[in-house]
Amino acid sequence: MTGSVNNHRARKGLSACISVFTLLCACLVVAPLGLVFIHLVRMGASAVNLDFFTHIPSGPGEPGGGMANAIVGTLILLGLACAIGVPTGVLGGVYLSEFGTTRVNWTIRFVCDILNGVPSIIWGIVINGLIVIPMKSYSAYAGGLALGCLMVPLVMRTTEEVLVLVPHGYREAALALGIARWKTTVHIVMKTAARGIITGILLALARVAGETAPLLFTALGNNFWNNDLSKPIAALPLQIFAYAISPYDNWHRQAWAGALVLVSFIFTLNISVRFLTRGKPVRV
Amino acid sequence: MPPRDKPPAVVPRMKPPSRLGDQVFSIFTLCMAATVLVLILVVGWQLWSGSRMSIHQFGFHFLVSSDWDPVNDNYGALPFIFGTLVSSVLALVIAVPLSVATAIYLTELAPLWLRQPIVSLIEMLAAIPSVILGLWGIFVMVPWLRVEVLPILQRYMGWCPLFHGTIYGPCMLAGGMIIAIMIIPIITSVSREILVSVPHLQREAAYALGATRWEVTRIAVLSYAKRGIFGAIILGLGRALGETMAVTMVIGNTPQISASLFAPGYTLASVIANEFSEASDLYLQSLFEIGLVLFCVTILVNLLAQLILKTFAGATVKQ
Repeated sequence: MTGSVNNHRARKGLSACISVFTLLCACLVVAPLGLVFIHLVRMGASAVNLDFFTHIPSGPGEPGGGMANAIVGTLILLGLACAIGVPTGVLGGVYLSEFGTTRVNWTIRFVCDILNGVPSIIWGIVINGLIVIPMKSYSAYAGGLALGCLMVPLVMRTTEEVLVLVPHGYREAALALGIARWKTTVHIVMKTAARGIITGILLALARVAGETAPLLFTALGNNFWNNDLSKPIAALPLQIFAYAISPYDNWHRQAWAGALVLVSFIFTLNISVRFLTRGKPVRV
Repeated sequence: MPPRDKPPAVVPRMKPPSRLGDQVFSIFTLCMAATVLVLILVVGWQLWSGSRMSIHQFGFHFLVSSDWDPVNDNYGALPFIFGTLVSSVLALVIAVPLSVATAIYLTELAPLWLRQPIVSLIEMLAAIPSVILGLWGIFVMVPWLRVEVLPILQRYMGWCPLFHGTIYGPCMLAGGMIIAIMIIPIITSVSREILVSVPHLQREAAYALGATRWEVTRIAVLSYAKRGIFGAIILGLGRALGETMAVTMVIGNTPQISASLFAPGYTLASVIANEFSEASDLYLQSLFEIGLVLFCVTILVNLLAQLILKTFAGATVKQ
């Protein structure tokens, strides 16, 4: 303000300039989203057809083929990840909100936040060393475990955040009726917050559904159908990666189509979360 | 039935509720909560035990040697450390001004009706998987850089060693830009939360002195929030260091140390992604050691970020 204290118009002008400048920055930030989306639709839409959802990949350079096995594989991997990540994350979140002491909670929350920052490729090589090498085979189990490990801290934090929002009166009322504390927690507190918990799970799923790095050395990918969970399994992100770095035009088109399907799936999850939490502020 | 000496004097009408269920439940949930501690220890232990041979063989030299030679079984991680640092710093240089300006716009300057839509769009940007940004990077961004942007940079800035040399397409600059796109959402959203948490009294006091909107932001809000924004930036740095897929697809994957941003590079995460599945023995151990280096660095950076952010939040609550 020095020097221009009395120059009101210049100061207003500067303020307006900065507003415009920061607006431009915001536009620049959002621009990549639009560009990616336009290219996804333009390049991918033509290759998304019935074959894409019903056929397995064709050979290099051959026309046709689809990613049916990769779509099913991704769903299987997400199912396995949920089986590992959801009970652990939700019950851990229950401990943090209902039972924990301040110091224990602080430590666990802190470790959760640190774990969220661990690069996902690290999970890939760690699970590879823990599961794939002893079992002597890449497997769907290993891939699911890697994704599940990514989900645990995410689900734990969101579960805790929504449980804390349940009013204390609910708990006190239940306890006053002589209901055991664990029953109060399960039937009253968790039930009240069920929507929020599901929201957290869906957000975590949307987050891990697109992960490629942890699957590279665990699920590996597969060009054929596979129902055996102890064998390598295909996944949409892996297939997109493999096709994107391949030299064949047909595969590039398939990669764009796969990307369009994957993004649609993830955005659907995110939008259904909005629907679940209409009007309620939920931190992402 | 065993004979009883004497019956109890008082027969309670109701049994006191059993505490057993509560105890079992609380211990069980504690175990679940403690898995995060176990997980972080398992990761550290597995990375360490997987790279023991390599640590023993190369020692500290591993970090300062630029020799990455699988044929002769000689490994040094310097080109990857260099690539990771340069691409991350480049990403911060691009992302920080944009993110902080956007956060300021969203909390202080934007009309109210515009705020939520922009926030939603940024959340959508954050939801795009890394591999899809990489796909877009390979087929759209890199050709555009090669044809339109890099020649212009070279013509006008070629005197600077950063913008000197042959243009290939995939390069350090492309890697930095992709990482910037990936970390902008997190820096923006954390900075926004920090700015929102600045007490309104601060702003009102500045307005009362006759400050304009920007002056209020600069004097009352930014000076108050700068530590928190610094924390957000460090958090972004942590994400930048570990970014894998998108970077691998556009950075060129050549283990070299070059001053030019037009030259291809290699990062810690992308060398693991590219070479892990075909490695064995000492080669594999070296890759595990690279993982260990990456793990330790990201843990330290995240630790710093969380400490800054948590103490900032604490200060706000005390106000």
